[in-house]
This record gives sequence, structure tokens and C-alpha cells, in this order.
Amino acid sequence: MYVAVKGGEAAIANAHRLLADERRGDRSVPELDVAQIREQMSLLVDRIMTEGSVYDRDLAALALKQARGDVTEAIFLVRAWRNTLPRFGASAPVDTAAMRIRRRVSATWKDLPGGQVLGPTFDYTHRLVDFALAAGGEPEAAATAEPADDSRDCPRVTDLLDDESLIERHDAVADGPAPDLTREPLAFPANRSLRLQALARGDEGFILALGYSTQRGYGRTHPFVGEIRTGDVEVFFTPEELGFAAPLGRVTLTECQMVNQFHGSKERPPQFTRGYGLAFGAAERKAMAMALVDRSLRARELGEEMTSPAQDEEFVLAHCDPLQATGFVEHLKLPHYVDFQAELELVRGMRAAHAARRDAPANNETLTADPAPAREAAE
Amino acid sequence: MNPTSYEPASGYNFAYLDEQTKRMIRRAILKAIAIPGYQVPFASREMPMPYGWGTGGVQVTAAILGPQDVLKVIDQGSDDTTNAVSIRNFFRKTAGVAVTTRTADASIIQTRHRIPETQLSAGQVLVYQVPIPEPLRFLEPRETETRKLHALGEYGLMYVKLYEDIARNGHIATTYAYPVEVAGRYVMDPSPIPKFDNPRMHDMAALQLFGAGREKRIYAVPPHTSVRSLDFTDHPFTPQVFTEPCALCAARGVYLDEVILDDRGQRMFVCSDTDFCEERRASGHRGHLLGEAPAALSGQPAQQEAC
Repeated sequence: MYVAVKGGEAAIANAHRLLADERRGDRSVPELDVAQIREQMSLLVDRIMTEGSVYDRDLAALALKQARGDVTEAIFLVRAWRNTLPRFGASAPVDTAAMRIRRRVSATWKDLPGGQVLGPTFDYTHRLVDFALAAGGEPEAAATAEPADDSRDCPRVTDLLDDESLIERHDAVADGPAPDLTREPLAFPANRSLRLQALARGDEGFILALGYSTQRGYGRTHPFVGEIRTGDVEVFFTPEELGFAAPLGRVTLTECQMVNQFHGSKERPPQFTRGYGLAFGAAERKAMAMALVDRSLRARELGEEMTSPAQDEEFVLAHCDPLQATGFVEHLKLPHYVDFQAELELVRGMRAAHAARRDAPANNETLTADPAPAREAAE
Repeated sequence: MNPTSYEPASGYNFAYLDEQTKRMIRRAILKAIAIPGYQVPFASREMPMPYGWGTGGVQVTAAILGPQDVLKVIDQGSDDTTNAVSIRNFFRKTAGVAVTTRTADASIIQTRHRIPETQLSAGQVLVYQVPIPEPLRFLEPRETETRKLHALGEYGLMYVKLYEDIARNGHIATTYAYPVEVAGRYVMDPSPIPKFDNPRMHDMAALQLFGAGREKRIYAVPPHTSVRSLDFTDHPFTPQVFTEPCALCAARGVYLDEVILDDRGQRMFVCSDTDFCEERRASGHRGHLLGEAPAALSGQPAQQEAC
């Protein structure tokens, strides 16, 4: 048995060729095209856009195809591409109150201005595998209705109680210009804008599990879904030479406003506080989980006792990025034989010392055979 | 491999990164050189290779690379490990610079886990890939705390750790990424090079730059700077010593890789620095197993006498 040491260029080239072949799968089955992925795997495309931080459905669909359906790999492709784009400015904050609603539900109000709109949701479906779908066939067309007169009037739930100051307000202007996580290194303590940015780009599974942990007592926040809305908003940008805001186009967003109990502190009266989640496309799970974690991360600001991972900004922000996590975990498969050689010598030496002590017990009354607390094995 | 130039890929800026990004990285590098051993935060970019695979080193190299440079990339001391091949190809593709495997011919050497055996000279730059730039990280997980400790020059934690090693094992049980003190001030992680390499960081004629992409830090050791491996007067720092010479080129006093030859416990020790080993063999040095070594190691068919 001989372990090859040299990784030749030919081996790499052939591995990539094999990868492309496996991506294609059985060549007697028709190839997926990008438009099919974009239209029929749209929730996956939304996730890639959100964590990839690029709103481009075709690009995300292509990345998914290239990545053989590996979401993290697709996000990786999208982010690396995004990184090569020039940055010419920041858009005006989008106005989600003016969203063209596709779905909007509130758990805190039975009815409210603008109404509850179920929209295309898996909620209330029975999760029975539809074997008929395997045979194909077109579903019936969606039901339609005349728009109600007040369809434009769909204020955010969190603005409804403003008069009484029962729910905290958030003054966007006070925050100043939004920081950019991809252009500034993350420093701690981070402000809320930066945290939200990191959470929006954060891995859905990780954020979901953290949000879930707050519901199970690890940094409890007593949340209610004030509102979830999905729909299209217009994006405006003010070019310097123009001097006024020009519309750039529409993006689909999902926004979640969590409303959380707050018992008050010396400085602040009891009030409902807010956790906020926002994601590209239809991404309700992500937006809700993000809102839970956002609220939880405000523990320090609100003077709450900090006991749990989801309240720990350094823990959450340093570990939520899917690419940072996957890169560092997977780098363990790179060769480490120089370091391993160093450890081999160390363990051999310690084993020899251990054997010597064992064979001469008279000289050894206190020393024990503790294994060395060696540094984390591979880096 | 002799230095050869290639046509760069179209559609990308020279060496992949845009000029604004390079300027930002160069500023961080300048600051790092001005404060030896201090970790400078920088806005690390997402590169087209994964975090943990050298994105920090790649960004530093991309920022300092010029069309006239000759680049060498090694991983574990070798030019032929897959990731070194991949990074070298990346710069060949995006910058079209000349690449080489000969240490003496390179103006920039990007490395993972080793310092080349051949002594580096003034004008050369050694770029290290760094996974965890914070030497105190495994003693104190919080960045806010570790930055404070560095600011105060408070390295008691590290000395306590080394002391506990001695109390438990009779010696310091850190074999790689062995912490160093730079220019009498900052304690620095030398990246996971074996402690064998530590002494060569001291007073090195070449500029040493360290890039950590995922952790967004750059640090530096300017030429001819003092680099001291942490130790105690009664327990001085001792690098690894190999008892046998390289089986291919008979070199002593170099770092060796242990290569398992079969499933019956047969093994041989060969130079970790493949270029160094090849050059020695080219100038006539012969190790005791040169004729029998697998071709993938020796670069020549087994059982065949080299002349």
C-alpha cells in the first residue's frame, strides 16, 4: 500500500472533468435548464439569493445547476461573483409599508387594515406525497379576485400601536448610513444594523436552530408574530449627478416583525420590543428565525441577563456565515502532514516517557499519565 | 519548473481583486509592517476558493503582486500538493505572472505550514496562510477580551498554559503554531508551521506577511526583526530534531515528512521541502533509499540509478 504524496495537475483536471460528468447525471435524461430551476425551484433560488447577498434569480439558478443542487456551494459561487462587482452606492431604504402584498399574516390581530392574506403557503397543506405529481400534468390556474379598494393601504402592524408607544419605535435615521459587512471587517461590539446584515447572510439552518433555542428557554424573549409579509417593493437609488431618486426595479422580500415582551428597566418603561427579519424572495422560515435571534441579541442593549448562546453576539456573528463555516470545516481535508508529523514525534516521546515511568514505578509517585492537552489537532 | 509567463484571463482585473480592494489591503499591510506582530483587521473579501484554504494569503499575494514578480506557492513544504497547485494556477490564470518552484528564483513565496529550507534573502516576501491569527484564541475565545489583552501586553494566560504543559509533561507540549514574541512587544501566532521553523523567523532578511481571510486579519514581521519563541529560563525553547537524514538527499537539520511505504510498518523520512530536496539531488547528494523510493516521491523510477 502506498499513499500518493504528489497531487498532479492532471489529477485535479480529471477530478473536475469527472465532477462535470456526475453533475450531468444520466445523459439519457433531459438536462435541466436554468429557467426551469428559476421557475420550479424558486424557494431554493430565494435562499441562494438571500445568503448569497445578490438579487438575481437567473444567476442563483445557474449557480444551483453548477453546484449540483448543493445550496452552500451555490451560495459560494454567487458570493464570489458578487465580490467582483463594482459598488457604486447604496439604495434608499425600501418602504415595506408600500409593498405589493402577496402574503401577509399577523398572529397578534384577528383582523387589521389591509386584511390577512394567506397567499401561496404550505401552511394548512397536509404533507401527503402527491404521487400524481410524478406523472406531471398542469395544476389548475390560481383563483383571482378584483383588488379591494384599500389594497394599497396595508400599514405595518408595528406602526398601528404607535400612538400609545406600546411598541418601541425604531428610528432608522439615528443609525446613520448602513455599514457594509462585506467592505468593513466585523468588529465587536457590533451595532444592530451590522448584526441584521450578518443574520440575513447567515446560514438558515444555524439561525433557525438558534431562534428555536430561545423558544426553549435559552434566552427566552416571549415572541409574537406581529406580522409576516411577502411581496414586491420598489428599490430607489439617488445618483449623485441626478440629484433625485430613480427607481431601479422591484424585488420580492419577506419581512417579519416579531413583537416581544419587555418588562421594563430603570430607564425604560414596560413596552413591547421588536425583533426584525428580512430576506430576499419568499423566505418565511429565515425571516422568522432571524427576527427571534435579532431580538435575542439585543439583550445587552435592553439590560437583560445574558446566559445563552443566542444572546451572545460574538458567538452568533462569528459562526453564522455558511461559507466561513463550511470552508473551515472542510479545510480539514487539506494535507496537514507537517503538523501531524510534529504531533507524531510528540506522542512517540510521551509514550516512551510513559513506558519508562511504568517500568520504573519506584521513581514515580506523583506523575500521572495524562495525555497532553495538545492544541486543537488540525488547523 | 522554470519561470514562465502566461497570458492572464480576460474579464478580471490583474490578480483578480479590483484596485480599490488592493489599496485597502496594502494599507492594512503597511500598518501591519509598522506595528510588527499586531493583528490589523481588514475587510477580507470572498475569494473564489473556500475560507480555510488560503484566502488570506491569496488576498495578501494579490495585493502585492506585480507583473514582474515570480511566484512560488507551497503547502506542507511542497510545490506539488493539490492546494498549492490550485493557488499557483489561480495566479497564473488571473495575473499571468511567472511561477517557479525554485525558492531562490521567487520574489513572492506563498506558504502554508512551512518556511522553505533555503535561506531567504532581502527583497523576497514570504506570505503565510493563517487559519487562526489569534495566539490567545484557545485560551480566551472572545475577540473583545483578546484585543484587550494584546493592548495591555498581558500575556500571563499564555505563560500559564506553557507552565501547565511543563508541570504535566515535563516539557512544553506545543509542536506547531508555537507562539512567538515579535520585536519585544506583541505575542503572535506564527501560523501552524512546526516549531522547527520558528528560529528562522528571527532576523529574517525577507519580509514576512501573514493573511487570515476568514478571520479578517493581516499581520507582519518586517525584515531583520526579533522573533522569540516563548519559553522559560529553566525550560528553554527547543525545536524538533530528526535523528536520521533525508532518505532521498541525505540532508540533515531539515524538517522531514514520514512516508508510510506499505502496510507492514515500512517507512521512510524525506525532506518536507521538495524543492530543496530536488536541488540537493541535482547537485549529487544521494540518500540511502534514493534508488528504491516510489517515483512519485523521488521524481524518478524506482530501482534506477541516477547519474
